[in-house]
Amino acid sequence: MSLAKKIEPAPLLPENSSRWFSSRGWTPRPHQLELLSRARDGRSVLLIAPTGGGKTLAGFLPTLVELSERGVKPRRMVSTGKELRRSEGLHTLYISPLKALAVDIARNLETPVREMGLPIRIETRTGDTPSSKRQRQRRDPPEILLTTPEQLALLLASADAPFLFGNLKRIVLDELHALVTSKRGDLLSLGLARLWRLAPGLAMTGLSATVAEPEDLCRYLVPQSEGARAFADLVVADGGAEPNVTMLPPGDYLPWSGHSARHAFPQIYELIKQHKMTLVFVNTRSQAEMIFHALWHINEDSLAIALHHGSLDVAQRRKVEDAMTAGKLRAVVCTSSLDLGVDWGDIDLVINVGAPKGASRLLQRIGRANHRLDEPSRGILIPANRFEVLECNAAIGAVADHAQDTPPLRIGALDVLAQHVLGSACGEPFFADDLYREVRTAAPYDQLARADFDSVIDFVATGGYALKAYERFAKIRQTKDGRWRVANPMVAQRYRMNIGTIVEADMLKVRLVRSRAGRSGHTGVIARGGRVLGEVEEHFIEMLVPGDTFVFAGEILKYEAMVENEVYVSRSASEDPKVPSYEGGKFPLSTYLAGRVRSLLAEPKNWPGLPEQVREWLRLQQWRSMVPGERDLLVETFPRADKFYLVCYPFEGRLAHQTLGMLLTRRLERARLKPLGFVANEYALAVWGLGDVTARIGRGGLSLEALFDQDMLGDDLEAWLAESALMKRTFRTCAIIAGLIERRFPGEEKSRRQVTISTDLVYDVLRKHQGDHVLLRAARADAAQGLLDIKRLGEMLSRIRGRIVHKSLDRVSPLAVPVMLEIGRETVYGEASESVMAEAAEDLIKEAMG
Amino acid sequence: MPLSPPTAVALPASPAFDGAVAVAGAVFVADPAGVIYWPEQGLLAVADLHFEKGSSFAERGVMLPPYDTAATLARLSVLIAHYAPRAVVALGDSFHDRRGPARLADTDRATLRGLQRGRDWIWITGNHDPEPAEGIGGRFTETLKVGALTFRHQPEENASAEIAGHLHPVARVSRHGRAVSRRCFACDGDRMVMPAFGAYAGGLNIRDRAFARVFQTLRFTAHMLGQQRVYPVAAENCQPD
Repeated sequence: MSLAKKIEPAPLLPENSSRWFSSRGWTPRPHQLELLSRARDGRSVLLIAPTGGGKTLAGFLPTLVELSERGVKPRRMVSTGKELRRSEGLHTLYISPLKALAVDIARNLETPVREMGLPIRIETRTGDTPSSKRQRQRRDPPEILLTTPEQLALLLASADAPFLFGNLKRIVLDELHALVTSKRGDLLSLGLARLWRLAPGLAMTGLSATVAEPEDLCRYLVPQSEGARAFADLVVADGGAEPNVTMLPPGDYLPWSGHSARHAFPQIYELIKQHKMTLVFVNTRSQAEMIFHALWHINEDSLAIALHHGSLDVAQRRKVEDAMTAGKLRAVVCTSSLDLGVDWGDIDLVINVGAPKGASRLLQRIGRANHRLDEPSRGILIPANRFEVLECNAAIGAVADHAQDTPPLRIGALDVLAQHVLGSACGEPFFADDLYREVRTAAPYDQLARADFDSVIDFVATGGYALKAYERFAKIRQTKDGRWRVANPMVAQRYRMNIGTIVEADMLKVRLVRSRAGRSGHTGVIARGGRVLGEVEEHFIEMLVPGDTFVFAGEILKYEAMVENEVYVSRSASEDPKVPSYEGGKFPLSTYLAGRVRSLLAEPKNWPGLPEQVREWLRLQQWRSMVPGERDLLVETFPRADKFYLVCYPFEGRLAHQTLGMLLTRRLERARLKPLGFVANEYALAVWGLGDVTARIGRGGLSLEALFDQDMLGDDLEAWLAESALMKRTFRTCAIIAGLIERRFPGEEKSRRQVTISTDLVYDVLRKHQGDHVLLRAARADAAQGLLDIKRLGEMLSRIRGRIVHKSLDRVSPLAVPVMLEIGRETVYGEASESVMAEAAEDLIKEAMG
Repeated sequence: MPLSPPTAVALPASPAFDGAVAVAGAVFVADPAGVIYWPEQGLLAVADLHFEKGSSFAERGVMLPPYDTAATLARLSVLIAHYAPRAVVALGDSFHDRRGPARLADTDRATLRGLQRGRDWIWITGNHDPEPAEGIGGRFTETLKVGALTFRHQPEENASAEIAGHLHPVARVSRHGRAVSRRCFACDGDRMVMPAFGAYAGGLNIRDRAFARVFQTLRFTAHMLGQQRVYPVAAENCQPD
């Protein structure tokens, strides 16, 4: 739409800028000029461009031009009575999801600014910025500041905000598609709402990769008002060459289940050898560890292959990134940790091992190869099992169709709002009416009800409880004229220490120590020292027993002990580690891709594109049972050993299937079918038990329509949520973001293990005594989309109404094999906690009687 | 401090009863809710109630839900109604801090008074509540001797025939790759450390060094609190954190 206008470059670029372009032998790209022209008109713009499209320069060009036309303004310091400060605040604010990106962009901007001879100061402000520089920036800000959403929130929560941002002309939001999908996006949107009030003439520039709904991002970029929805202009840059994506033909053997792709390691190695620089993307950190380990095992040519994932020590990750940029590496095995960010050198191949999960994610990963628009990016997909062949096939189709499946815009979370409300009070006293109006200009909060807003204020002040016991301990109080302000400076200090929406799953440092000779019975401090390898989630370590081995940081390690907040490990001689299943980067299969897989499966005329083993597998399924129809839910029941199984194929991702499994087992329990356990993967769910499900359905004693009825999302869900560990984890995140529980106290950093109150206990008490508390509502809203994926489950249940097809079989079907093979790998349901203790108690009895 | 002489007490018929635990020759019912009942003496003991922990945090700006005292009292009321003890011994840290008794809500204070009616109520002082307090009824003492047994808050080094609290024991077991952590009674037949009862009371793994001062070896049992019963598990079969 936007590029239809005739572009005349000459008047747009001032002399020094066009000289700079021609000195480099470049011509400005059409979208760069288009952004300049929109800037002239004072418009806010969303620019969608592929990586390598000169996106960042496009975002900054209007600022550079403006500042150069304005001419050199002498730096004037004026007295405020208390201190000297610059006569003007910031001109342009750049916000990126990654602080490394902000630093990198600042460096890249220095060159054109210097070469165009512009008298502009460009500075970054991140968590690493020394406090002397921070202090100075408040008094003497640069023209352009590059920072992160958290740092922006901190700046806004100070009395300096009106000075710093009062003359702000432009905000550039980078990687906007990634920012808006999380609570960080909520926090940023609230910060923007404040900036729109402080600097009414502000122009917004959003930079984004291709998304499914650009209108959502256009709305996010500009203030919303009651009644009419407002949008930024949309500029779409030329997409460049079509990416070349293929699937690696499977060899003789294609596994039924698992995600290791072990069979393809030699081929991956060969591909690395044939290319200059390869990125090997995988979905989980444990997969990354395993592939990295295996590649080194067969690395006869000693190729420089490195590992990069979010659990590794930051210094280690930076080293890998630098080596990539310097062209010193041949391959990097990585997770989504490299999905975003700067140009990582000259990559000529991207390999994606395992399920692509989503079309947009895959496109962004493949776009990492060849950051030059005129050459196609080359990507190779390696399915690790049969179902993943279907998913890879569907993803290749989606890429060809330019389909996108980025998630829709979030509804702003109430816990994030609570953090913002406290931050607002730390800045300057506010009237509730004003803040409510301001908050609603942020697109994620434009539907916020006044009652919800008021309950958030109440929460921030005194906890928001029905009992008014805490009035005298209030954190924010109303002054006589009705303005809310912080009760004391300590509150503001603690707010600043606990800002942000990224709540790490309780991470524990992994420290390498020497193996202990003997083991005393009690735990406690053992010899310290050794270097930190990185961090793992606490719940992963909770599964381990001292002596267990796992792969981490490319080595096989033995778990020795937990000492305070650190996991002590030693090098292990073991060849066959107990591979960790620690999470990190487990995205669910996107709804869009799931739909494509279902339709691929349902239409045998689509099968010829599939490898022979897969076609054979599907034909067998047709013959033994049936292939599920595109919109149907196939339910198979069959006996096996002395148990009875029910397998269904919703294709809604592991998270939604786990929730479904929990709810189905409850219902089967009530139907006295004695369920024993269930297991879920991305495509299917298997439930088993002692009762003969097939016979019960045959007699009309169990209706599948009733079993899968949507009403399971009522009482059954509530009852299960009461004790669900996932729900408790979700609640903990909300409690921390909202500021109920503090992560850090002045003078010390506390981790959860040291925090003297368990959020699980708080959850139990609160749920029983005030079930509608604002934090519980926030946690439920998260559960709907997060770890429990209830929203998607609900949509599936409504899709399959009246479309359940039951097959009663005498044995397991070919399609069921993959999920059945997961049994034993995944933890299963049940009165499991009780039975674990009962078995442990049995041991005691045996010992006593034996 | 002496207890008044026992009258004849019959063992209440409890569906939960199967957790008979002996301490220095005396037999107790270890209730899965986390209290012990001594039928012979008609005595119920409960440890580390930590009343008003929520409001104690609120004083410092951490607004925990203010329902912990009511929740703890409600659970205790059920047990007192069930066992109808002649005496209740609270093993110290009954209030989370010294100002706790003053912050007690009127309704909770009334509930407490109701529980105390018609029975002997003994507050053993703890490190969180080292001094007798007003307005909460009962009698105060540092230790209570009943027969050969001593009840006190903090286990003493080299003590014998002792029932204490303070350490908030939690045991962790795992089977089939699944770990379960629960509050527990830690007991070696001569001494017992009771689990914390308070709604917001945290826990300490029984394999932690702190327990080495009570039980020199791992030859003790963790009676883990289940839904309907307690599960005795050998300490050496429990996992450290």
